[in-house]
This record gives sequence, structure tokens and C-alpha cells, in this order.
Amino acid sequence: MKPTFSMPSLAAAALMLAVSPALAQSSASPAAVKAGTLTIEQPWSRATPAGAQVGGGYLRITNTGQEPDRLTGGSAPVASRIEVHQMSMVDNVMRMKAVDGGLEIKPGETVELKPGSYHLMFMDLKEPLKDGETVKGTLVFEKAGSVAVDFAVRGMGQGTGKETGHGAAPAQHKH
Amino acid sequence: MVFKRSILLPLLVFLTAALVLLVTLLLMLPGPNSSGTASRVPIGGPFQLTDQNGKPFSSDSLKGKPFALFFGFTHCPEVCPTTLYDLSQDLEALGKDADRMNVVFVTVDPEQDTPELMKTYLSSFDPRIIGLTGTPDEIAAAAKAYRVYYKKVPTESGYTMDHTATIFLMDGQGDFSGASNFQEAEDIRREKLRKLVKNG
Repeated sequence: MKPTFSMPSLAAAALMLAVSPALAQSSASPAAVKAGTLTIEQPWSRATPAGAQVGGGYLRITNTGQEPDRLTGGSAPVASRIEVHQMSMVDNVMRMKAVDGGLEIKPGETVELKPGSYHLMFMDLKEPLKDGETVKGTLVFEKAGSVAVDFAVRGMGQGTGKETGHGAAPAQHKH
Repeated sequence: MVFKRSILLPLLVFLTAALVLLVTLLLMLPGPNSSGTASRVPIGGPFQLTDQNGKPFSSDSLKGKPFALFFGFTHCPEVCPTTLYDLSQDLEALGKDADRMNVVFVTVDPEQDTPELMKTYLSSFDPRIIGLTGTPDEIAAAAKAYRVYYKKVPTESGYTMDHTATIFLMDGQGDFSGASNFQEAEDIRREKLRKLVKNG
């Protein structure tokens, strides 16, 4: 009953991750946001339960420039602010911490903020995030400055790290 | 003598077989205080907490039905809402069997998770899910009983929590029966819950 993956499909998945910026632009998902040498793709968030004070935000950032940049946080009308956190799972313990000094995006690299890894935190939510909504936010980078990003809110069962089975590993794909 | 000798071998075979059967039966029957207690995994135990309606809720309130219990907190972006969502879907999938078990969510952040907030938060999930909070000492005692780790982690503006993400599957006597977590595939987790209900 275990899902099995053939080598070709794994290779295809790896290829997709590696060339995803190109693919994403041609797919139906919202257009990638460009800011200087950064490309921000597929920003999404998860619907939150009633009374929840925090929500997660996920996206992919590619740096095509020659200099590293840092994502330091941001703001959103629906929250008091956006912070960058890192989650990991070790021995069944979920660990969470703020990313001090911002998340570095090295030249030529793609950093993925995703469930079980680096992610954005919408702090002090003023209202629950609802499935199907779009949440506006502004990300702040050390060099690229402020970048407006729209997050598509998905259902509560979305993106739990089950798909990859490697939820604990922060992803940094080299191009 | 001839007659006696002819039944000696069958008699011996019969007696040996009877002895083997007897020993097997004795080994299979759990002694009231021997093998039953010895095989018990020391996870779980008595606790005294407060439910989302502000009413006292102890481990005795769960006696008689198996239950799935996990620790979390409402200021949790991923693991806790996802686990509650998954278990809500599971309860729906279990149909009538869902009423033969309980699902319990215990906060590791009693400072922020008041009964009122727990109630609001749980209104987004299956109404059968029980939310428990308490004093910091009561929560610490419950976490200790389940061998659960939790720790406050300071952030820029406040704090977040590290915590064990295990879903404990406990039988009708409140004894440990198995475990799952939010990363386990839905069909495997659901099968474990069905088995838990079946075994009582």
C-alpha cells in the first residue's frame, strides 16, 4: 500500500525543482514577482483556525544576481508583521525558531520557504485566513528592498511535508 | 503384558501432547498481574486538567474508550492545525466508530491558551475533539506522564514553542497502544485508528 516512486518520476521531480523558475512562469500559477535580481514565486498561505494568532507563508526565492541578499521579514495588513522562522522535526519533536539576521539567498541559488522548513510567519492575525482568499503582504530584503507579494490561501490540509517525506530538511537548490 | 505394551506408546504420545497443550494454554493466558502489566509501555497516566468549556477534566473522564491524544498550542502555524484537521477528517471517515473513541488536544502553552481560546480554536474542527489546558504545573505533569518534551523559544516579538508532535494512541484502559504523527500517510494513520477502536 506504500506509495512507490519510480526512478524516472523521481528524476523528473528533481528536474522540476531545479528548473522550476522557468516552469512556473509558463504555468497557470500567479506570475512570478521580480525585484532586482530576485524572483519570488508561488507565494501561498494556509487557512487558519478561528482565533489563531499566527499563520504560515510559503514561497520560493531565486537570486539571479552576483550578490547575496537577505529576507529579513515584512508586513501585511492582516497581521502585525511578518517574521522569518525555521521549523524542523527531530525525533518527533517539532522545533521552531526565528531566523536571526534574515534568511540569506546566495547568488545563483533558490531558497524554498515551505512546510517543515523555513517559512514566513504572519504574526498577530487580525482575522483568520480563509481558503481561496488572497492575502497581501510586503516582504523586506536587505538589498532588493520592499516587495509586494500576494499569497494565495489554500485549505487547511495543504502542504504538510507528507509529500516529500523530508520535511525537516531546509531546501537550498543550486542551479 | 502384550496389551499393556501396545498402548504404552499411544499413551505416551497422548500425555506428551496433553502436557504441551497445557503449557501452551498457561503461557497464552495472561496472568492477572504478570505478563499484562509487564508489557505495558510506561507512556500515559493520570492527569487533571481543564477542558475548553472551563470544566475540570481528568484522565478518568477518558476511561472506557480508546483515545488519540497529542500536545500542541494554538500559536502554531503548521503541525497543530494540520494534526487537528487530519484527525477531524479521520473522525468523519470512521463514521459510527468515531463515537467509540476520543480525540484530545492538550496545550503546551497554558499561558496563552485559555479555555476560551481553546474553544474558539477548536470550533474550526470536529466538535468531538476535546481541548485541554491547565496551570503550568498541571500541564507539566501531563506532559511528563506522556514523556512529552516542550520548551519556550524566544522570538523577536514574543515566543514560540518546541514540542513533541507525536499522536499517542491509547487503549480503553488508558495504556499506550501505538503512535502516529502529522507526517504519516493518511491511510496508515486511519488504519491505526480503526484498529485502536476495534481493540477497545
